[in-house]
Amino acid sequence: MSKTVSYKIVSPLLLAAVLLGSMLLGGCSPIEPWVKPYEREHLADPIMSFDRNPISNGYLDHVFEVREGARGATGSVGGGCGCN
Amino acid sequence: MRLHLRARWLAAAVFGLGAAGHADVLPEDRTDVLYHRYEGGGLTVQGPSVLIRKKFGDSFSASYQYYEDLITSASIDVLSQASAYKEKRTQHNFNLDYLHGSTLYSVGFIYSGEPDYKSNTGFFNVSQSMFGDLTTVSFGFTQGWDKVGEVDKGVFQKYVGDADHRNWSLGLSQVLTRNMLLGLNFETDENDGYLQSPYRGVRFVDPFASKGYSFGPAVAPNTRTGTAGSAQLKYYLPWHAALDGNYRLYSDTWGILANTVKVGYTQPLFTNWTLEATARYYWQRHASFYSDLYAFEDSQNFTSRDRELAQFHSLTLGLGGSWEFHPGWPHWVDKGTLNFNYNRLRIDYQDFHNNLIPSPVPGDEPLYTLDANVMQFFISFWY
Repeated sequence: MSKTVSYKIVSPLLLAAVLLGSMLLGGCSPIEPWVKPYEREHLADPIMSFDRNPISNGYLDHVFEVREGARGATGSVGGGCGCN
Repeated sequence: MRLHLRARWLAAAVFGLGAAGHADVLPEDRTDVLYHRYEGGGLTVQGPSVLIRKKFGDSFSASYQYYEDLITSASIDVLSQASAYKEKRTQHNFNLDYLHGSTLYSVGFIYSGEPDYKSNTGFFNVSQSMFGDLTTVSFGFTQGWDKVGEVDKGVFQKYVGDADHRNWSLGLSQVLTRNMLLGLNFETDENDGYLQSPYRGVRFVDPFASKGYSFGPAVAPNTRTGTAGSAQLKYYLPWHAALDGNYRLYSDTWGILANTVKVGYTQPLFTNWTLEATARYYWQRHASFYSDLYAFEDSQNFTSRDRELAQFHSLTLGLGGSWEFHPGWPHWVDKGTLNFNYNRLRIDYQDFHNNLIPSPVPGDEPLYTLDANVMQFFISFWY
């Protein structure tokens, strides 16, 4: 009787542990890129760059910053598409 | 210095950091030669700039930028409290990038000098690509040391103080879909020292003055901490064009709160042309100690009548065009572009009055508005 009860309690716990473990282990596996390298043609287009002409964008940022109280957070950190 | 003051070190840093690209590739080898001109509100600022960037081996890239401002000013601030002046500012940026795996390290130094303001800035930035190059994260630190001086009739008088600046930045660039990119930026900066212009005073009611007001010295706090966060989206349209939107929120310990919204559209035409249109709206709340007209002299601990600290909103409309060509000579040049960019800027101040227009009652003058034309011509080469 006590064996049956313990099985009844332990089995769901074991199942939960296995499920949780597989989820956690799954989290350690590499994330599959949801945009494949061969799907990045549009992202690689120069018109998709956040900072196509750094010298020009830098100048305009300067024009605004000397006339406004706000500054910062205008820098672009790159397209990040890995499509070179 | 009268024009720029404390903004320049950060602006300068943006010049240097703006070239940072993906974390897993070095920036492109290119040279840009630019002429810029700003004209509005009695102020003309023009000059050249040159940016040269070159890779060395597979892991290093170096860049140098020269920038020059030739300033002729008869702005409302100058006409109210001083006389028109001319001066020149030069800036030199040095930057080195090192690529190791998916990590890009950047270090640099910027020097800016003019008769009454010297600025030295060092910066460090690291970017890392991850998740199959769909994500790029970056971290940057900038430290600036400024010396603020005073010039009278073109002759250097004295240094009035130092100003130090520290800036921390975090960035994220994310591929969302095969047609959409997201960029997030967060920055915080600390400033301490002499954070005001020695030329700009405050206006206060003076019943003994002929105009009903007088000017006295301004007193700004000697610390200021600001925080800015921005998000930008870029979307590729099916007919080979790009649409982008950008929002930024800023606030600081001086009480300034600002919102910036920008939208842009880029359209390639034929085989060699690219046209661009932008619209930018900006609004800010005034600094807590700012006033256009104080009730009497020394009426509070901190005082300022700097327009940059007033409450205002502005709209900037821009148009740009680029023509790509492939020169046969010299053989090491892959391609070039000829570029033109024009922006029309209008600022409507909400609590800064045009005191140059006489009024029987001080403070009843019309609100000041600024219209400016901002132009750039530049040629770029890739090699």
